[in-house]
Amino acid sequence: MRYNWFDRNLKWVYILPALLFVLVMMLFPILYTVWISFYEWSMSAITPPAFVGFANYIALFKDERFLDALFNTFYFTVVALIAEVVLGLAIAVLLNRSFKGKNIAKTLFLLPMVATPVAMGLVWMLIYEPTIGAANTILKAIGIHPQLFLASMTQVVPSLIVVDIWQWTPMVALILMAGLSTLPADPYESADVDGATAWKKFVHITLPLLKPTLIIATMLRLIGVLKTFDIIYATTQGGPNFKSETLNIYSYVLGFQYFKLGSASALLVIFFLIVMALTLLLIWMRKRLEAAS
Amino acid sequence: MKKKKRTKILLAALTVLVLVVFVFPFVWMLLASFKTQSQIMSADQTFIFTPTTDNYESVFRQYDFLKYIVNSMIVAVASTVLSLLLGLPAAYSVARYRLQGFGLVILVARIVPGISFLIPWYIIFSKLGLVDSYVSLVLSHMLVGLPFIVWIMISFFEGLPHEVEEAGMIDGCSPHQVFRRIVLPMSGAGIITSSLLSFIFSWNNFMFSIILAGDKTKTLPIAVFNFMSYAEINWGGLMAAACIITLPVLVIALIAQRYVVNGLAAGAVKGIRSAGTRKRLH
Repeated sequence: MRYNWFDRNLKWVYILPALLFVLVMMLFPILYTVWISFYEWSMSAITPPAFVGFANYIALFKDERFLDALFNTFYFTVVALIAEVVLGLAIAVLLNRSFKGKNIAKTLFLLPMVATPVAMGLVWMLIYEPTIGAANTILKAIGIHPQLFLASMTQVVPSLIVVDIWQWTPMVALILMAGLSTLPADPYESADVDGATAWKKFVHITLPLLKPTLIIATMLRLIGVLKTFDIIYATTQGGPNFKSETLNIYSYVLGFQYFKLGSASALLVIFFLIVMALTLLLIWMRKRLEAAS
Repeated sequence: MKKKKRTKILLAALTVLVLVVFVFPFVWMLLASFKTQSQIMSADQTFIFTPTTDNYESVFRQYDFLKYIVNSMIVAVASTVLSLLLGLPAAYSVARYRLQGFGLVILVARIVPGISFLIPWYIIFSKLGLVDSYVSLVLSHMLVGLPFIVWIMISFFEGLPHEVEEAGMIDGCSPHQVFRRIVLPMSGAGIITSSLLSFIFSWNNFMFSIILAGDKTKTLPIAVFNFMSYAEINWGGLMAAACIITLPVLVIALIAQRYVVNGLAAGAVKGIRSAGTRKRLH
């Protein structure tokens, strides 16, 4: 059968609009960011961008605020990631049995991750409010002195980590539950014959079989945690005294409050390389795992 | 036997505890939204108090909340519809003709920090006079929605039986007609899943809107965020606003729970897996 030009080239016709969008809206901005990171410009119409080579990059590594943001990003990411994966795994195992109301439980579990992050940030601000918040009411009930939480330079990051854990542990749990439901029954049956305890079965059967799904969940959260923006900006904007300023927040401040486009872009390039490197590391781990089995 | 029963009760109690912890902030938000400022401050009126709807009234009357709801709706619906228009054919093309590279592009879209898109767009949109317009908001929100729709739909189309399409070809349909008349009608579940998620992402978007929206096009998250900058924090009003923003998303999640879970988990898992395999081919 002979088709007209449109149908003969359908695969290109179909992909072209999306491809154009991607090129204009994604690829161009990425290249522009790399380009402007070698220039100094404050978005002024009178003064054009001035080429400065690697000066923006060098300046960043001498900038205390950047180094602190780098530290805060890693601090936030490592703690939140470990907590979310461990708790998510525990919850997935807990919910992975048939019980009454399982569907309702799963639905309720979905709520933290779909609810508007800014709104949830505000709710947590009220919870953390030192004088009227629920957090101190609960602490008081178990005999602990009231805390400052988001207003404290040392507690602000842990407090925000708790919000992130609340928001995203359910996603880890739901992905792992999907993984658990595909595991074969045979190994468990033969372990039962051998009289293995629940813990032994978990360590020797569930964990090894679940590893690929665990790595995927970890990778997804890694990308997400590194780029956390909404809940931090909505609650503290990086404060108090920049103690909760992550790379994402600092690049935003550099770009849109100080209008230092070159520095902001240099920071974003470094940030992108970090996210990329860590993601590739996990993809590599997964491939090694597949090769080993 | 007795021990087994005890474990069962223990597990049930643990499940309830976990759920209470995760639902608690929502309950707190809802309660506070019906309280006066002094009720919020008093510890002995935590659960038992005389509810008031003043907060909701003031949110609509003082702050013109209806306008922000309309703005958010327009942007979320428009960006989702446009993402579907561009994304469905693209996903079909990738799934059927194995245009692998496009999947990688979508992975990159997830990894790149959003602000690196924002700076160039802001420069361009301000030159074109498009800051504080629906156009810039819709385009920027599509950047989240489109990759997600393509991502989910590629695996959906790959899962459809090829025979049906072949039968259509034999009956004299052109490839385009096969897609429109056979494939699309079979893809309802996938389209619903990806549209819901795209809508939610747009509705919740904060980072792009805070830069690209202005007084005329302000969306809900930005409006609520701006509430805080007023001198004294009116907690009741803030919580009422938070409830209004969150309500549509929660309703979607409750009604379409299965779709949303599948979309979030399967879509994400699929994309990364294929990116991993692609690397091995080279």
